[in-house]
Amino acid sequence: MMKSKADEEDYWNSSKFKAFTFDDEDDEFSTLKESKRTVNSIRCLVEEDDDKEEVEKVSWNGEPVSSNSWSVSETAASNQRAEREPAFPKINTVTISKSHSGYSLSSLFKGETDGKVSLTGSSVLMMSSCCDQDYVSDWSPEETVHRMQQGKVVSLEKFRSLQDKLLLLDSCVAAHDGNVITAVLIYLKRTLSKEVLFRELEPRQTALSHLIHYLTETRDQRLLLELYTCLTCFCFQLLQYKEHLSIADENKRRDFLKSCLSLPFSPEDSSHVQDHYTLMERQVIIETTDRRAERGEKVERALILNMPLITTLSYCCLYHYSESEGTFSSPLNIRQTFKISEKQFFVTALGARAKLKAWSDVDALFTSRNWLGFTRKKSPLGFQRVVDILQKNSAPTQVLQDYVALVDDAELRITLAQKHKCHDIVINTYRDLKDRQQLLGYRGKVERGSGEERKIDELLNNLVRRGHHVTCHHVTCHHVTCLM
Amino acid sequence: NARRWNCPELPDFSLLKRLARDRLIYLLEQLPGKKDLFIEADLMSSLDRIANVSTLKQHEVDKLYKVEYRPVVSTSDQLCFLIRPRIQTVKWICGESINVANADKAVGRLRKYHIIFTPQKFFACEAVLEEQGIFGDVTTDEWSFYLLPLDDDVISLELPEFFRDNFLAGDQRWVRTAGSALHLLHTLYGPFSKVYGIGRFSKMAYESWREQVEEGEQRARQAEIGTVFLIDRDVDYVTPLCSQVVYEGLVDDIFRIKCGCVEFGTEVTSDKSLKVMLNSQDKVFNEIRNEHFSNVFGLLSQKARNLQTAYDKRRGMDIKQMKTFVSDELKGLKQEHRLLSLHISASESIMKKKTQQDFQELLKTEHSLLEGFEIRESICFLEEHIIRQVNMMESLRLLCLLSITENGLLPKDYRSLKAHFLQSYGAEHLLTFSNLRQLGLLVEQPAGETLTVMESRVGKLVNDKTAGKLTGAFSSLAKKSNFRALSRKLNLVPKSDEEYDLRVPRDMAYIFSGAYVPLSCKLVEQVLERDGWTGLEEVTKLLNGQEFAVTGSIGADSSTKSDAQRIVIVVFLGGCTFSEISALRFLGREKGYKFIVVTTAITNSSRLIESLLGNIA
Repeated sequence: MMKSKADEEDYWNSSKFKAFTFDDEDDEFSTLKESKRTVNSIRCLVEEDDDKEEVEKVSWNGEPVSSNSWSVSETAASNQRAEREPAFPKINTVTISKSHSGYSLSSLFKGETDGKVSLTGSSVLMMSSCCDQDYVSDWSPEETVHRMQQGKVVSLEKFRSLQDKLLLLDSCVAAHDGNVITAVLIYLKRTLSKEVLFRELEPRQTALSHLIHYLTETRDQRLLLELYTCLTCFCFQLLQYKEHLSIADENKRRDFLKSCLSLPFSPEDSSHVQDHYTLMERQVIIETTDRRAERGEKVERALILNMPLITTLSYCCLYHYSESEGTFSSPLNIRQTFKISEKQFFVTALGARAKLKAWSDVDALFTSRNWLGFTRKKSPLGFQRVVDILQKNSAPTQVLQDYVALVDDAELRITLAQKHKCHDIVINTYRDLKDRQQLLGYRGKVERGSGEERKIDELLNNLVRRGHHVTCHHVTCHHVTCLM
Repeated sequence: NARRWNCPELPDFSLLKRLARDRLIYLLEQLPGKKDLFIEADLMSSLDRIANVSTLKQHEVDKLYKVEYRPVVSTSDQLCFLIRPRIQTVKWICGESINVANADKAVGRLRKYHIIFTPQKFFACEAVLEEQGIFGDVTTDEWSFYLLPLDDDVISLELPEFFRDNFLAGDQRWVRTAGSALHLLHTLYGPFSKVYGIGRFSKMAYESWREQVEEGEQRARQAEIGTVFLIDRDVDYVTPLCSQVVYEGLVDDIFRIKCGCVEFGTEVTSDKSLKVMLNSQDKVFNEIRNEHFSNVFGLLSQKARNLQTAYDKRRGMDIKQMKTFVSDELKGLKQEHRLLSLHISASESIMKKKTQQDFQELLKTEHSLLEGFEIRESICFLEEHIIRQVNMMESLRLLCLLSITENGLLPKDYRSLKAHFLQSYGAEHLLTFSNLRQLGLLVEQPAGETLTVMESRVGKLVNDKTAGKLTGAFSSLAKKSNFRALSRKLNLVPKSDEEYDLRVPRDMAYIFSGAYVPLSCKLVEQVLERDGWTGLEEVTKLLNGQEFAVTGSIGADSSTKSDAQRIVIVVFLGGCTFSEISALRFLGREKGYKFIVVTTAITNSSRLIESLLGNIA
């Protein structure tokens, strides 16, 4: 999303730096230079977040050996160039002259303590030359972050005032180093009260995300929940709801879900959570009843606990199909309770009854008036899909052909009929299309001396007898199919 | 013809492996004496590419264990853990070490614990050691193993969690890692003279790299690689969500390539499953990996015929010729024969899956979505797909594609599809939906914004200030995809009425059957062509900005470096797909570049979506 300059200013003042203002800074910090640098580096972060479009140029020394200067240019539609500092901060050119005894591969590795002596020396040199500090150990927030990035020893204890702490936090956020951000947050969490910490983090989205992620990883559920309750901008309720996943016991899980019902979800999500609870409640009841009843049975039924609603419905269609609407396990009752759509119910019932080879039930799904209010053989689902579902449940050809015949599109009907060996349908369709050629071709595919072959022969004879006129018709038919 | 470009040679990346191995050996030597080594499960494949068991044994590693979060049963006096810097793993080690220490105390024994973090330590992990009171008792080290060359032109950081940590959790812990990886490449193969990039994390990684360049020392050397292009995965979500139809991508989608290696099951090998390395060393694979699948059978049968001819040469040979044949050629031919039959079986197995009705319909729907054609039908298809409880990942993939290409779903559709989804696959996916919304992968068009579809159709660019304010702080990460407008500006979707000969690809769209040019690769092409982002202002605006182009004065001066300039590293932060790699290889051949893909991990639609599922405790 593009934001105008005004928007940015808005964002700058109101959200990111609510806690303190930089105007008063001079009084509180020893060096103006220092804080300015910090501000600048923070500024560049803010601007990066807000996708500024400006052309910037800066040079830096990237090659201590050859001392090449590079230029940075941000291209994009160039608008105002303002008086602000470049997005890539200017670095003082400090030529690190050092007699390094040759190039060693191991020196490529960061954080290596043994090969690092010279490097440490050089960075001290660089720091002491670019800032006038009396005590080398008295690192500024920026330098502290820098040292932490390099894995060097630092002490965070000197950051005691809130402002110091926040400056430190903002510096590491500006350095984009999640590792250091988390380290500083661990320190802040230890040295600030929760209320203050949460309050200060709220406008600092990046730092906040890091804390949330850290607490999630350390499984500090208690503090996480406290944090979420403090935040106004974030939907903590989902995170609380998520807790149910780690509860193994079904009764406890159900009760936990019940406790989630009072959380301030959006109306939409609220009904989903309600459904989830109701479902779980049902599953516990059905499971208990069925386990008891099952003891006499030989076949082990699949478990439905924690299964999706549709899987539960399917289970009920398998084992409780004809129950009256009054019972908890009746498919009709489930349909009613969870407002399952007509199509959804149909598909599930179809699959379940087909699995049991209860073809009369399957047939009834399409016909029975008082069930779904259909007139004969109508389906909320394309018949092509119906055939697909039946076939996946290994329906015999006699059953399949009833439904293949109902596929509207002639071409599709033929393809399906051929696939499932419903010869009659293929033959009848070719007959209707008066396609002699195809009929002749299909004759080779049916069994010799079978009823199908006789039927084809009969038809072919009929077509021949009708003669010339029919051939013309046949051509037109072909033409039509081509157009489709 | 542009194909006549003389492609520059690729740098030798085996150096990266040697460095990693030397460093590991150095670390092991810091622990003299026998030790047992516990290795994090997802590091095992990478470690395999670096050092074999005998190398480890040479350095006094006694037994090897996989970290399984179970009680340690080792009898060794030194236990060494080679792990990713994860809090969970460190906690487990703490628990174990305390348990073992207590047991040991009874018998008056002292064991050493040592943790090697790779690629780096995190303060948070050390904090766990401190909290548990064993900081100092357990020693730590870093194995700065950043880059694993998977092939001549593919290097991986093997950090799949980069995607979720950065883009979903907003944790920037891997940014510096990416910067360090870039720094390593710069030191060994640079100096780079041009860096282009787009995306928030690309900018950050660039910054981190630049700082490290300043801190470190650098010797003057001839650059082998001159140009770098950085791209965030969230700049282009459409490409990784599409079904892959180029051979290597298909193999990845169906069999899952892990660390450059695939395990073919019995459906391919017919007796027992087989692990195969897939890279340019496999001559057969090398010829078909970038081909559209429809082309693969032809190529394989051509190869089979050639092989036959080569075998047939034996006829009429005298003894001496036969001897030479056996010693020089036969082994190679046999090898080729083995590979050929393997890839033929793999193709058959893929074909079986591909010809299933569902796959065809899925592809058809996918193409409709890319084209913005018959959207209603696609939504109906999707709804039936969900209510039939077929493949959940496919349902999610299509939902996301629908949302991105249409700039969000209409509220009515969103609600109905979400409700169906939760009923079919489980209510806990409420959390998945929340994750997907946060990333902008699956969103509802804000009420009153239904006009956007119209507007984008007319091609008007909207600067949507009000909507931005409404969506609040957290969803500011999620942004509008503007796919249609981008597609028009960059010509990503070729006209469907034109014939597309997949055997002679005319552009990168061939990797998606001619239906779509991958946005990510198109950006690379455009920026290299224009030497920056100039002229692409409208495009970057639609992509939410965050682009940059940096030029160093180094590369510009001498012409001898032109070869290095044509070797381009493309860094994908958050993962890249094999299809994108194929597209870049094609682009390289067309324009005379050599692309080296550096990615935080190889991804595809399943991996991408799996990392966003919310139903895991």
